[in-house]
Amino acid sequence: MEKAHISRSQKLAGDRQIRRQTAGFGNPARANCDLPRIGVFVCHCGNNIGGVVRVPEVVEYARTLPDVAYAEDNMYSCSEEGLSSIKESIVRHKLNRVIVASCTPRTHEPLFKRACEEAGLNKYLFEFVNIREHCSWIHMHAPDEATEKAKALVRMGVAKARYLEPQEEFQSDVYPAALVIGGGVAGMTAALNLANQGFVVHLVEREAELGGLLRGVNKVFPTYEDAGEFLAPLIQQVENHPRITTYLRSEVESVEGFIGHFQVRVTNGHREAEFEVGTVIVATGAQEFKPYGYYGYPMLPNVVTPLELEEMLKKGFEFPRNVVMINCVGARIAERPYCGRFCCTAALKNAVLIKERDPRAKVYILQRDVMAYGEHIERHYRRAMELGVRFIRYSLDRPPEVVGVRQAREVKVFHQLIGKELTLPADLVVLVTPLVPQPDSEKLSRMLKVPRGSEGFFLEAHLKLRPIEFATDGIYLCGSARYPSNIIESVSQAYAASAKAATPMRQGFVQVEAITAFSDEHLCTGCGTCVLVCPFSAIELRVGENGQKSWVNATQCKGCGSCVAACPNGAMQQRGFTDRQVLSMVEALVSS
Amino acid sequence: MEKSADGFKPKILAFCCNWCSYAGADLAGVSRLQMPSDFRVIRVMCSARVSPEWVIKALAGGVDGVMVLGCHIGDCHYISGNHRAKKRFALLKEMLGYLGINPARLYVDWVSASEGARFQQIVTEFVETVKELGPHHGPEG
Repeated sequence: MEKAHISRSQKLAGDRQIRRQTAGFGNPARANCDLPRIGVFVCHCGNNIGGVVRVPEVVEYARTLPDVAYAEDNMYSCSEEGLSSIKESIVRHKLNRVIVASCTPRTHEPLFKRACEEAGLNKYLFEFVNIREHCSWIHMHAPDEATEKAKALVRMGVAKARYLEPQEEFQSDVYPAALVIGGGVAGMTAALNLANQGFVVHLVEREAELGGLLRGVNKVFPTYEDAGEFLAPLIQQVENHPRITTYLRSEVESVEGFIGHFQVRVTNGHREAEFEVGTVIVATGAQEFKPYGYYGYPMLPNVVTPLELEEMLKKGFEFPRNVVMINCVGARIAERPYCGRFCCTAALKNAVLIKERDPRAKVYILQRDVMAYGEHIERHYRRAMELGVRFIRYSLDRPPEVVGVRQAREVKVFHQLIGKELTLPADLVVLVTPLVPQPDSEKLSRMLKVPRGSEGFFLEAHLKLRPIEFATDGIYLCGSARYPSNIIESVSQAYAASAKAATPMRQGFVQVEAITAFSDEHLCTGCGTCVLVCPFSAIELRVGENGQKSWVNATQCKGCGSCVAACPNGAMQQRGFTDRQVLSMVEALVSS
Repeated sequence: MEKSADGFKPKILAFCCNWCSYAGADLAGVSRLQMPSDFRVIRVMCSARVSPEWVIKALAGGVDGVMVLGCHIGDCHYISGNHRAKKRFALLKEMLGYLGINPARLYVDWVSASEGARFQQIVTEFVETVKELGPHHGPEG
């Protein structure tokens, strides 16, 4: 296996020596024996690009660029229709380089590369030009400038594409173990699903017990099962599973590496554990927003949050007669614009519980909208109304007012529909707040190099197409770490994330992008600078017929290119990022 | 030397690493953070791949400003690539003066995948800086 890789990389390096020319601003020499025939496909992305950038103008411009044999626009290049058009054009116009100007390579590159391959073109003859994230979305109010920029970016892409060369990929093995961060319902479900498939799982939980947020819940919706009864068997299965190692009161200290081989350090403050995994699942959940300063919280003892209410219900406290719930506290406001998604459900659940236990109790839900979508929640909404729960709509212009000195006594609310203020007796006020991101999610985001959205929740690779994985290979996501998710959602996301994580582990290898470094023996003086700077010990000096020369082990090389920038002789190059490819882009940027 | 000439559209190049700053730039886009359009991003896998030679050739060839944006120190996807970049470009900044290029035309910084707003801020500020420096044509102070 090893030997096959070596001979292949040597062969590639050998091929390269013949073609190599000094990089620079000189006349573009043909990268391949074939003359480049570049196809440019400019995507409208519906209105996302086309609403700002004048796409047909960019297409017209692309047609004037050297070696562009064909150019067209697509409404959605990534759609079945767009992909077929690319594939057909490759064949019909004998294209040997393909450029798609659309979104980001971090999400869509594999899709277009696959289309190239399906049309018989080596996928390394594809070049991505980002005119959405890096153009139309950030210059939304400057269509002229955005159009000019899109043209420049296409010109740069075309310049690079002329020097693209076909490449061959390597395989890298995947260690069949996973790290699951977070021991709530999502994390435990993901861990069990992986362990049951035969993989070793390391489950790290910050708290002293497994269970996450659900530990603080009284009954679960919509079955009204005891949350404890729901959790206990799950925890037991995890704890007793021979392939799951659980680290309680522990935090992940560092994660380094790549899909297949992540080196993980976990600490509980006293002791450290170090292990290797092939994949990582982020299931760190979220926490309840504590509404300090809203409606007398926490000064008034009978003004509580939903989790505090759950705790009271669990302890079996005597229900008061008059309960007022105020929904959307700290949610759907300028500072926190999102909807908490299941806070309405939780309020409905507890309202029904209270009314069923004591029909004489008065339960008011002050709402701005009731999110009672789908079958179960809508049924509960109706049930609550039948039981006599009263829903009163308030607006942010005139928010309710909690009245009381040592404790809340009543709630004043301006009823939007009847247009007058009501005074409701209140023995207990529940401030229904949304979940908010974990305060240290920034730290984890930096450690794993995965993004968070503007609200601070983790951000998936693609909202619609890749909802439970990050753009970084081998790292997956489930549960409320992404957005507030109920149990049903958390469980299905956990199954999805663990299934995704299992794929490379089951396969045992991943294809490694051919972006590795290679050395030109004719230019190499054997100085060894590259050996010193390589962080992966992938380069060694070998003595051959022509003396001491550097040699890159392509299976070890991760493609950072540090050695290339360090090489004093221009002998070292990186596939896909050669000096000539990049400098041709720089040159294209200057020439307008 | 003309300074902040009206209508001067600088040509600015941003080398972004695939794992952090490019992703940060993507996030800025996803978040619809608006910024000047005078910069073009070239994606590299790591800031350590950016050859000082590229920066010199770009500035000598007519680019008005170059940004090299990597992962934060300690967060490099390739363990220590950004350490290399940091050292290289500190040295290059000193050298640029000898080449007759104002070192302020090279800007090196770190942007994580979650820092869309930081990307926006860095780009906006650097575009302003370069506009103040004016077009780059030939040796200067």
